Amino acid sequence: MNPNNYLILAAILFTIGAFGVVIRRNAIIVFMSVEMMLNAANLAFASAAHTTGSLDGQVIAFFVMVVAAAEVVVGLAIIVTIFRTRRSASIDEANLLKY
Amino acid sequence: MTAALIGLPLFGATVLLLGGRRTNAWGHLFAVAMSASAFFVGVATFVSMLGRSSEDRAVHQHLFDWIAVGSFHVPFDLQVDQLSIAFVLLITGVGTLIHIYSIGYMSHDENRRKFFAYLNLFVAAMLLLVLANNYFLLYVGWEGVGLASYLLISFWQHKPSAAVAGKKAFVVNRVGDVGLSLAVMLMFVTFGTVTFDGVAKEASKGDSTSLKLIGFALLLAACGKSAQFPLQSWLLDAMEGPTPVSALIHAATMVTAGVYLIVRAHAIFDLSETARTAVVVIGAITLLLGAFIGTAKDDIKKGLAGSTMSQIGYMILAAGLGPVGYVFAIFHLLTHGMFKAGLFLGAGSVMHGVNDDVNMRHYGALRTAMKITYVTFGLGFLAIIGIPPFAGFWSKDEIIHAAFGQNIFIGLATLIGAGVTAFYMTRMMAMTFFGEARWEKGVHPHESPLVMTAPMMILAVGSVFGGMALKFLGNIDSWLEPVVGHANPANDVSNTILIPVTLAVVLAGAGYAWVTYGQRPVPVVAPAEVSLLTRAARNDAYGDAINEAVFMRPGLHLTRALVWFDSKGIDGFIAGLAGFIAALSARGRKIQNGYTRSYALTMLGGAALIAFVLFLVRL
Amino acid sequence: MQLTTLMAIPLIGAVAILVLPKAKETLIKQVALVVSIITAADAVRLLVGLDTNNGGIQLAEKHSWIPSFGISWSLGMDGIAGLLIAMATILVPLIIIAGWFDAEKSERGSVKEFFTLILLLEVCMIGVFAATDLFLFYVFFEVMLVPVYFLIGRFGGAQRSYAAMKFLLYSLVGGLFMLASLIGVFIASIHELGHGTFDFTALTGLHMDAGTQKVLFLGFFFAFAVKAPMVPFHTWLPDAAAEATPGTSALLVGVLDKVGTFGMIRYLLPIFPDASHYYAPFIIVLACISIFYGALLAIGQTDMMRLVAFSSVSHFGFIVLGIFVFTSQGLSGSSFYMVNHGFSTGALFLVVGYLASRRGSKKISDFGGVNKVAPVMAGVFLISGLSSLALPGMSSFVSEFLVLIGTFSQNRWAANIATVGIVLAAFYILWLYQRTMTGEPSEEVKSTVTEINKRELVAVVPALALIVALGVFPQAALKIINPAVKQVQKYVSVVDPAPAVGAATQGNGS
Repeated sequence: MNPNNYLILAAILFTIGAFGVVIRRNAIIVFMSVEMMLNAANLAFASAAHTTGSLDGQVIAFFVMVVAAAEVVVGLAIIVTIFRTRRSASIDEANLLKY
Repeated sequence: MTAALIGLPLFGATVLLLGGRRTNAWGHLFAVAMSASAFFVGVATFVSMLGRSSEDRAVHQHLFDWIAVGSFHVPFDLQVDQLSIAFVLLITGVGTLIHIYSIGYMSHDENRRKFFAYLNLFVAAMLLLVLANNYFLLYVGWEGVGLASYLLISFWQHKPSAAVAGKKAFVVNRVGDVGLSLAVMLMFVTFGTVTFDGVAKEASKGDSTSLKLIGFALLLAACGKSAQFPLQSWLLDAMEGPTPVSALIHAATMVTAGVYLIVRAHAIFDLSETARTAVVVIGAITLLLGAFIGTAKDDIKKGLAGSTMSQIGYMILAAGLGPVGYVFAIFHLLTHGMFKAGLFLGAGSVMHGVNDDVNMRHYGALRTAMKITYVTFGLGFLAIIGIPPFAGFWSKDEIIHAAFGQNIFIGLATLIGAGVTAFYMTRMMAMTFFGEARWEKGVHPHESPLVMTAPMMILAVGSVFGGMALKFLGNIDSWLEPVVGHANPANDVSNTILIPVTLAVVLAGAGYAWVTYGQRPVPVVAPAEVSLLTRAARNDAYGDAINEAVFMRPGLHLTRALVWFDSKGIDGFIAGLAGFIAALSARGRKIQNGYTRSYALTMLGGAALIAFVLFLVRL
Repeated sequence: MQLTTLMAIPLIGAVAILVLPKAKETLIKQVALVVSIITAADAVRLLVGLDTNNGGIQLAEKHSWIPSFGISWSLGMDGIAGLLIAMATILVPLIIIAGWFDAEKSERGSVKEFFTLILLLEVCMIGVFAATDLFLFYVFFEVMLVPVYFLIGRFGGAQRSYAAMKFLLYSLVGGLFMLASLIGVFIASIHELGHGTFDFTALTGLHMDAGTQKVLFLGFFFAFAVKAPMVPFHTWLPDAAAEATPGTSALLVGVLDKVGTFGMIRYLLPIFPDASHYYAPFIIVLACISIFYGALLAIGQTDMMRLVAFSSVSHFGFIVLGIFVFTSQGLSGSSFYMVNHGFSTGALFLVVGYLASRRGSKKISDFGGVNKVAPVMAGVFLISGLSSLALPGMSSFVSEFLVLIGTFSQNRWAANIATVGIVLAAFYILWLYQRTMTGEPSEEVKSTVTEINKRELVAVVPALALIVALGVFPQAALKIINPAVKQVQKYVSVVDPAPAVGAATQGNGS
């Protein structure tokens, strides 16, 4: 297998995720896009580990997963709270933290 | 013994100042006692000096090492020699008399205790000045008397004019102190010592420039303390102080400290012709200027102040003549101390009798109302204008004689000064004691109490016999010779001619004044239409106006400009810098717009940029 | 351990106050006072115990702190540091007495906070003078800002925040330059010794080349010039002094600013001798400018506190002048000047503070005729003022004259110019006295200005008594200073110029 293919896939997924983050307003979608970016990175790590034959990449992929899980917990909680108070999940409306 | 001289009045001042109101009841008596006991110590010292041969008369007392840093050593040492003891007797003697006089003069003042404390402080500082054995310790006394003078001039602080006059006196004196500082520094740098003996011993090794500069610096110091031109302006304002103060400090003792300094530093002046010439010139200018101011003053105290300036001008001039003059400078200083103190106390007595009015145009015919004052003042008057055999004659004549030996113009200056002195003193006599009464309504002139007149009488005795006593009994020439040296003036003009000439000039001046002020009625209001010269004399020869125009006003503008520069320039620059950074930050924070997606885009852009840079570097 | 113990006393006091309940205000004050008096007594004991034949660092102690960077907790003192520590610790109880009720007046800070901060400041003040490790000195130099910042910012007047921030920023910027130079010195020591060190004695043995010295010198000098403060880095001082409580101003100007001039003697001259010589002419000019500029601005002020602050700018000009002429009279005079100035300016600030707190205004024009309603107050004010204008008989005169004579033997023009400064000093002090104390009192003055009370008197009289005592017996202090000064002269390899003639008569006085 050509590892380049995996990397290309990872790059495509990452780009889609990044665009999602920048373009979409709905917090949940943005969140999912972020997850997609993280997993794109995971894919890149795993394929790199496979290519070099060391386990380092795999280990880091696990770390990323753990961090992502923690982030989901906190992030979703925040989003739900914002939604409850503002009746909206649009991240453009929650711009109080400016200046 | 010597330390006790200073210690007694200093103790008095300390007790009265720290004791506060508790000492109100007996404070003035205590101060008198301290001053009098200092006088007795002085007399005892004098008597024991008389018992020794002239070489052994000087006594040194080492108290402790005051300052020792590197090679700069200043001992806290006192010395009594023939010159010092003359001053000690004058200061404590006249000082005690004026203390006694003040009991009466200040009896109604609520702050009488403070007044006596300051007087004691003055006596202590003045004694330190004349007893120090080095120039640096002298400096302490020098400024100590300046402080006492400041406190006493502005004693009636509620009067703004008195407060201003006190400050002016101190600040002008400080200008003189710059001279003394520089002199001490020059002495240290040149000779490595600041003691009188050390400097005298090394003086001959000094180069002429250093000697000249030291001489000038000392002269500047003397000008400040002795109110000599161009630092004379404070003395006339100093008359704001109570009259006993004017008598003690601004006539008899403190203002003569400049003469003492120059005579004390004779080793320097002996060696520098230029410095001596400068001293003579300053003395001549001041003696004429002071006399000139004295002619037009209607304020009796200011008239006397002008006269004091002028008489000290004589002394300074004499001191500048070198070895021929030192003795006469001190001689005149001593006689002047007696008769001028007497005159001032007389003026105080007159003021006391006429509700503290100082304007002589409101006096007249007081000889009947105040007999003792009239007689004592009259004797002082005869002494100051130099009528033989009164005190002033002996000393002033010697100075005129020596001055003619130096230079015909200097001699003429002293001669003219004598004439003008006779003029303004006769004017003062005539306006005060003769003519018709021009008393203000409600004023009932009366003689002062005995506590005031007694000192005046004693000083009057000094005015009559002081000169003769010092000359014949005290033999002042040979007494001072071991300290200051003495030389007979090489003179073309002999005394046999000079004395009659001088007397003629004096009588002419007195006669002119008598005709103008004694025979004709004196207007109660000073005539406004007067010659330019009179106007100049009334305005103290525009000394204040010049100071105002040259120093005060530009100085004030300078400080204002600097205050503006400090807040707008320096601080403005700093504040501007801070403002610039703040403005920059204010712009910069607009980037934080609160939209998550724009942050994400920035991050993305940043990451892309880094990736791109890495890519470039790789290539 | 003696110096560490000395620092521990106020530190323990501060902790004790922190533990006490906030409401027990009197107890807090009493604890602070007692602790500060004990500290002062201990400091004086150490000072008296100094060997006056030894110019080096005494009571030295050294404990490893960050060995990898050659940093150690090392303390010690020579005569100069010893006197300054004694002066600082004597001032603190006086300021506590004078500021007994200052904290209650503040709407923000509490009594507990005020006295804790003062004791913490005292710890830092001792530390900064006692440190013999350059890094430790730097640490205290910066940490000291914190209590002062809060003392100004929480207990000051209307503009206190502005003043506190200005003070902090100025000092921090200065400190930053110093930090840079500090690292430079460390690297230089690595180059020369093989291992880096901040130890003062080791650093004085370095032979840095002149170029390096010149660069590193500037960083330290800038920090010290801001602290001292010298024109044109002075503008923080009038604001800070005018806004702080009088006690804080007294500590700020009386002690903290001395860190700048102390640093010059302790660190600049010994560590950078070549650069010191190189820059001396410029600094002398700057010092002369400071003398005049400060005095002229003092004349132009309308606020009493600012006037005193500007007079200090002038005085610091004298101190710096004496340091950079390198003569023994100049250096001793400057060191002695630091001590005297602490007491005289401290007293002046306190008295002005008494007046301001009564009248509720610091403006000169709001006063007048005080002598009539409060004569003792006026007297104390006058004595403080006279000590500030260096009246002979007061210790400030001795120090000022030593500076002048030390300058004169090295640089006549600078001495001539500086001497004229004494006229201006007389003017601004006596003019202030004239405007505030003399004349007829206005109705407001009559109704508000009351006579000085016993507590206030107790706070200033010891300072004034010391000024007079040291004026009559200056040798008591000078004999402690002289050996240390000799040591400094050795570092910069300077000997006093000999007199033009008559070297033989030196020393025997009469």
